[in-house]
Amino acid sequence: MAAITDSSSDQSTKDYRANSLFRLTLRRVFRQRSAIIGGTILLFLVFVAIFAPVLAPFDPDFVLIGHEEGIKRRTDPCIHILGCPEDQPQHILGTDGNVRDEFSRVIFGTRVSLFIGFTTVGFAIIIGTLLGALGGFLGGWVDNLIMRFMDVLLAFPSLLLAIAIVSVLGHGLQNALLAIAIVSIPIYARVVRGSVLSVKEQEYVSASKALGGNSWHILFKRILPNSVPPLIVQGTLGIATAILDAAALSFLGLGAQPPMAEWGTMLGSERNQVFTAPHLVFFPGLAIMITVLAFNLLGDGLRDAFDPRLANK
Amino acid sequence: MTQYAIRRILYSIPVIFGILLVTFVMARSIPGDPCKAMLGEKASAEVCERFTREQGLDKPISTQFGIYMKNMLSGDFGDSIRYSRPVTKILLERLPTTIELGLVALFFAILVGIPAGIISAIRRNSATDVAVMVAANTGVSMPVYWLGLMLAYLFALVLKDTPFSLPPSGRISAGVSAIPFYEVFQWEVVEGTFKYTLLEFFANMYIPNSIISGDWEVLKDVVKHLLLPSIALSTIPLAIIARMTRSSMLEVLRQDYIRTARAKGLIERLVVMKHALRNALLPVVTIIGLQVGTLFAGAVLTETIFGFAGVGRMLFEAITARDFPIVQAFTVVIAIGYVGANLLVDLSYTLIDPRIRLD
Repeated sequence: MAAITDSSSDQSTKDYRANSLFRLTLRRVFRQRSAIIGGTILLFLVFVAIFAPVLAPFDPDFVLIGHEEGIKRRTDPCIHILGCPEDQPQHILGTDGNVRDEFSRVIFGTRVSLFIGFTTVGFAIIIGTLLGALGGFLGGWVDNLIMRFMDVLLAFPSLLLAIAIVSVLGHGLQNALLAIAIVSIPIYARVVRGSVLSVKEQEYVSASKALGGNSWHILFKRILPNSVPPLIVQGTLGIATAILDAAALSFLGLGAQPPMAEWGTMLGSERNQVFTAPHLVFFPGLAIMITVLAFNLLGDGLRDAFDPRLANK
Repeated sequence: MTQYAIRRILYSIPVIFGILLVTFVMARSIPGDPCKAMLGEKASAEVCERFTREQGLDKPISTQFGIYMKNMLSGDFGDSIRYSRPVTKILLERLPTTIELGLVALFFAILVGIPAGIISAIRRNSATDVAVMVAANTGVSMPVYWLGLMLAYLFALVLKDTPFSLPPSGRISAGVSAIPFYEVFQWEVVEGTFKYTLLEFFANMYIPNSIISGDWEVLKDVVKHLLLPSIALSTIPLAIIARMTRSSMLEVLRQDYIRTARAKGLIERLVVMKHALRNALLPVVTIIGLQVGTLFAGAVLTETIFGFAGVGRMLFEAITARDFPIVQAFTVVIAIGYVGANLLVDLSYTLIDPRIRLD
């Protein structure tokens, strides 16, 4: 009988529900000004990252000495149509200390930063979800053990813990990514655990149990989907923090290493030239700020869109 | 209240235990020989043997953790590899600089952030509100070190010959010295005693030191040096405080008792400042407590840029030099400081909202 009832909730009803929920959410997201602004900037950044080889006039590591006449290190930005003399080589954002085109490096930096943001948060979400789901679903000492450990990780300021982890693991982008992912795990574990606890005792979960559903099936198919909206919101805001932290680690020389075109590294290696070549500090920093701002705006907008209290406003 | 405070302190103990456990595991995870990691590559076989015996590295891991806990809790963080001096001494010398910088930054963040949030909330959807929120969103997305460098460029180079010119680095100008207040008052203090350490700790905070000694020239110089780093450091907390104040005020301004206050003819200033603000402050205070972590982390970057000899810069230098005893000790102290700040925030709830009965 149960099987018949189950199969009677046919595909069309499922499609209708999914479709309407999806549309409803999308409508709410599109009503949020900050989500639209953040999303638009993000789309632009993704476009820049994908088409970096087309948009950038040079390879980011290409040293221009010997290839362009009169080229010097740390030249000011030069755009011919804006009045820069024609006899000077055109470099929109000038050249850096190693005589590489700064604009090309900033463009390629978008790839690195987006990669950092998505990989660290992706890793942290997977581990955090598993830990939070296990804790919330199993309860008891497992929950206590996991959550107390998460509390300890949260007791450290995140960037400082990342710095300490990198100092143990050794400098480099890979270790910096791992460190940032580790310090981000607790927040996702908490979000998922909260969601699991809130729906664990709901009637539809009990119904699923009564129908003989396997515990893992119930957890992954019935309970965890409820964590998706808060995870998306937290993940979007988390990417912003991850990019900011990774850039800070690289700035300190602990993350990405030269010659990688990473904004934090670019800023760090030219920071002593701020009085003589401020553009080499200004533009990578501006790029970090715009990227982080895009994720923050999108995250804020998504949070408001998913907030049921604001649903009818 | 006392009962609650004791209970809350007891709750912090497992977290502090966890912090020590995490740093212990990290210390034991350093690749290679722990002796060489702690004493440097040049440590001889005899020195390493003594170190292994003293640190109990030849003993079972549980005994090692016991020794580590005992050392940490008694304030013995070992010796710095680079400076060959006790880490505790270095910490006590450097901490006042960071505390002073952090407090000035936090003061600035609260002073600007709360009024900005209030104005934004009472003029919701106005041009002012949009401007404040755009500024707050931008502020929260800004790399601290980038802002610091840009401020240094602007105030030290672009505005060099104007009255707005500010020094780009250091705590105090060359030739100016902050004489410790206990020397000004000719107190007799024996070096190495607890009293000396305590007085030295406070004297190392130049602002209170120059106020106590009445040395206004030094005070002016110190404040000038502190302005740029504290503005840079305060940006993120300021933005977060402004955002939180706004959303909390909007929530409270919607309440019935605000309508009642207005209906009984109270002037708007009183409604906002007395009735709304006090109730809206609770989440703001929580968020202020959480900013202590941001300030400590930001101090690593800000002190590095502005050449401040504080805990943050020391930590950065220690990482670069792989001076792990310092990294370990500073991480523990900062984490415990962070836990302590949040404990204070929790305890302050009753002062702000008498409805919360802590016991």
